[in-house]
Amino acid sequence: MTVDTVKHAAETPEHPQPWAELGLRGEEYARIREILGRRPTSSELAMYSVMWSEHCSYKSSKIHLRRFGELAQQTPVGKLLAGMGENAGVVDVGQGYAVTFKVESHNHPSYVEPHQGAATGVGGIVRDILAMGARPVAVMDSLRFGPAAAPDTARVLPAVVAGIGAYGNCLGLPNIGGEVVFDPAYAGNPLVNALCVGVMRHEDLHLAHASGVGNLVVLYGARTGGDGIGGVSVLASETFGDEGPSKRPSVQVGDPFTEKLLIECTLALFAEGLVVGIQDLGGAGLSCATSELASAGEGGMHVVLDRVPLRDPTLAPEEILMSESQERMMAVVAPAAIDRVLEICARWDVDASVVGEVTDSGRLTIEWRGETVVDVPPRTVAHEGPVYERPYARPFWQDDLQAAGPSSLARPAHPDDLRATLLRMIASPNLCSRAWVTDQYDRYVLGNTVLAQPEDSGMIRVDEQTALGVALATDANGRYAKLDPYVGTQLALAEAHRNVAAVGALPLAVTNCLNFGSPEDPDVMWQFAEAVRGLADGCRALGLPVTGGNVSLYNQTAAAAVLPTPVVGVLGVLDDVTRRTPSGFRTPGQTIYLLGTTRDEFGGSEWAHVEHDHLGGRPPAVDLDAERALAEILVRGSRDRLVEAAHDVSDGGLAQALVESCLRYGIGARVAVPAGIDPFVFLFAESAARAVVAVPRSAEARFTDLCSARGYPYQEIGVVGDAAGTPVLEVREQFSVPLAELRVAFESTLPALFAPAAAP
Amino acid sequence: MRIGVVTFPGSLDDGDAARAVRLAGGETVSLWHGDADLHGVDAVVLPGGFSYGDYLRCGAIARFAPVMQPLVGAARAGLPVLGICNGFQILCESHLLPGALIRNDHRTFLCRDQRLRVDSVATAWTSAYETGTEIVVPLKNGEGGYVADERTLDELEGEGRVVVRYLGGNPNGSHRDIAGITNARGNVVGLMPHPEHAVDTLTGPTTDGLGMFESVLGSRVAP
Repeated sequence: MTVDTVKHAAETPEHPQPWAELGLRGEEYARIREILGRRPTSSELAMYSVMWSEHCSYKSSKIHLRRFGELAQQTPVGKLLAGMGENAGVVDVGQGYAVTFKVESHNHPSYVEPHQGAATGVGGIVRDILAMGARPVAVMDSLRFGPAAAPDTARVLPAVVAGIGAYGNCLGLPNIGGEVVFDPAYAGNPLVNALCVGVMRHEDLHLAHASGVGNLVVLYGARTGGDGIGGVSVLASETFGDEGPSKRPSVQVGDPFTEKLLIECTLALFAEGLVVGIQDLGGAGLSCATSELASAGEGGMHVVLDRVPLRDPTLAPEEILMSESQERMMAVVAPAAIDRVLEICARWDVDASVVGEVTDSGRLTIEWRGETVVDVPPRTVAHEGPVYERPYARPFWQDDLQAAGPSSLARPAHPDDLRATLLRMIASPNLCSRAWVTDQYDRYVLGNTVLAQPEDSGMIRVDEQTALGVALATDANGRYAKLDPYVGTQLALAEAHRNVAAVGALPLAVTNCLNFGSPEDPDVMWQFAEAVRGLADGCRALGLPVTGGNVSLYNQTAAAAVLPTPVVGVLGVLDDVTRRTPSGFRTPGQTIYLLGTTRDEFGGSEWAHVEHDHLGGRPPAVDLDAERALAEILVRGSRDRLVEAAHDVSDGGLAQALVESCLRYGIGARVAVPAGIDPFVFLFAESAARAVVAVPRSAEARFTDLCSARGYPYQEIGVVGDAAGTPVLEVREQFSVPLAELRVAFESTLPALFAPAAAP
Repeated sequence: MRIGVVTFPGSLDDGDAARAVRLAGGETVSLWHGDADLHGVDAVVLPGGFSYGDYLRCGAIARFAPVMQPLVGAARAGLPVLGICNGFQILCESHLLPGALIRNDHRTFLCRDQRLRVDSVATAWTSAYETGTEIVVPLKNGEGGYVADERTLDELEGEGRVVVRYLGGNPNGSHRDIAGITNARGNVVGLMPHPEHAVDTLTGPTTDGLGMFESVLGSRVAP
């Protein structure tokens, strides 16, 4: 095997190199030559190609994402402890605790190899959180698939769910919520977004810097193998086509057991203050970790690649640098601490190796078999990649799409039709029970899960003594975003914000995962730009910072892009989790109120989708001042213990919310359609800024005062429980459905579609 | 009373087991898989998780951990041992309990609040319950199907050694709806459901699991 050394590269300037195959453009290759003053070695080319890929460099999205950085770097309760530039932002939640959370996509790997793709998506985001110095405490996932009944969905969904479960369950992190959405637009390009949240004490914050000349660079965790080589550039930055070789070997294989050891080992290193800087190895593996650590620190690092423990001794240096083998971390430690670091790694059976040291050379140099194979300025690899101002323009079809509203669609008028519509709606793939999926995830492990699916938000206790806790929700609605990406993104933000407030938590901060098609398509780029602008403006209106995020582009099959899908995650805090507000009705006799204003809004609705396969018009109006007021009412209602149950009203409208609140504990409800509103609109409209609450009789006056003081509209629509006998959901003068009948409709769909037959 | 909780590499519910012991009024001692010493504890909990990743048969490697050597001897001599989920699998692999746990018949991991009936209170870990008591505790596993040959099953039934049984539908294909069993002496109990996750209504469905820890601690006597 001949090694392409720096010396050799300088001597052979005309040597042809496969830059195009590695995903680089001609001008990018030329720029690398200009930076180095010679052609890159094959190892350098490998590094630049992965680090300058869309996935790692954000080259198409960067100029838009700056809008998030312009937001005030503070939450409603204080300054951010770390902002967006780090692996994940860090939020002060009080009592000396900080929380970090982030959501990341693993879309393309999850299509190619659903089980491992989804599993390693969980593993990657968990290491991101760990690298901030936090103990990971929970995960969530936001999933989108093609039509529920499509054969390929039956291939992808069960494997994705099993992969998330296999990894998260074995890692011992509770899965506390997320989303499962079906739409034909995701056939051939499912979206698998994984979120992790971690907790630390303020003083434990660790940042990804390689500082202190002479400090040692330690690679620890799994050995480096041939898996995932080129995964980042080959998979994430190219669109799936019909032709071409199988790309399966590019997907990484996960080992959650090793990750569990890595977590415990890393936390033990933090606990003894042994770590100067730390970085996880994810996309782009060693290329990313070495260049980013060096770039953010003193600017120099020397690495001896021969010291990297290998699973496959035949790997070439380029492959070692590009390998995306999972479950690896890189730490910078002082020479005096190295013995203790290696001792702790050994206790946890984690392989560790000193692979290099921090220098003040301003260069990242890497040697292999005694010769230099990489000699680059690290900033040019990690932080000064290409930036593109992609052209964008409002699509020519946008006006027609918005003009084709749902007003002409036939609506159910007769009570029997309303009843039948309700039963079809709650059984539809997007509205039915998610239990078949979420029951495959451990929600109990660690013993701090206060709320998990199907509640509006997941909630984790942070401190057992004080009962401090955090709540998290993720939401997105690609149908709304297709109709209007600016408003649709704000609706996703509004819904996640509402979901956090519904459980009684004060919303603090926002993360996001922006899933879009090809940035080279001006239509898609316009959707992306509008979504970012919508989210930034929305966060400003709500007074929340964006603490991190992830962009996934090229989500398309041939010419068809996925629905623009900005997944928005909101983090909230509760000083006392014992006062959480669950979504289910519990106590007969309590009064049910509908908060907010119901309008005739069906553009992009689930009703239009389920009953008419229609997508057109405008999404519901978004009113962030109203969302803010509603959140205040829900949080105050929880704090003053005025509200026993609260549930967000969104997809599927009020009818869906009532069904879910009734089925949670098997307690029925009787509601009446208020005067002056059409029963169909009342039950199925998807107007935003609404919630259903159950209020004890004794608290009614105080609760309605709470709403009146903010000028917030509320309607008393009914009462929890039923006269006698079997529990029912009754809409007076319209229809009544026994809960047993609702339950069958609500719970049968996913098992019928996806449950494997029992073994013989 | 000091109760040891073993941590294997890949143990996940060790913290929860320790919390349950504390809530029941006991003192916990962390035992390490690589340390062949029980440090004088009065009882041991083998917690849930995926010891050594469980890439081989669940519990098959944990059985050979250094800590298991003194544990197996002490259990045979009467030390109270509770194996929960992976702990149950380890007890079967160690031959402290008969039978084995295999993949769920529906072939998926299942996490749900499970109704159970306590069928035997003549054990160190269930004496605080009444025979026939129905309890609800979380169940969460991928390989929870209890299997044994007919003779062993008949023997377990005949000797009253089925400790807890699934109600409201068998969740994993376990023979005779068996969720947990004990040895002839009643000091070693293994079960798939997780009593340590049902000790506080804030974080669990009920407090029904607390009785297992109170039984061994004697902090609650049978009514």
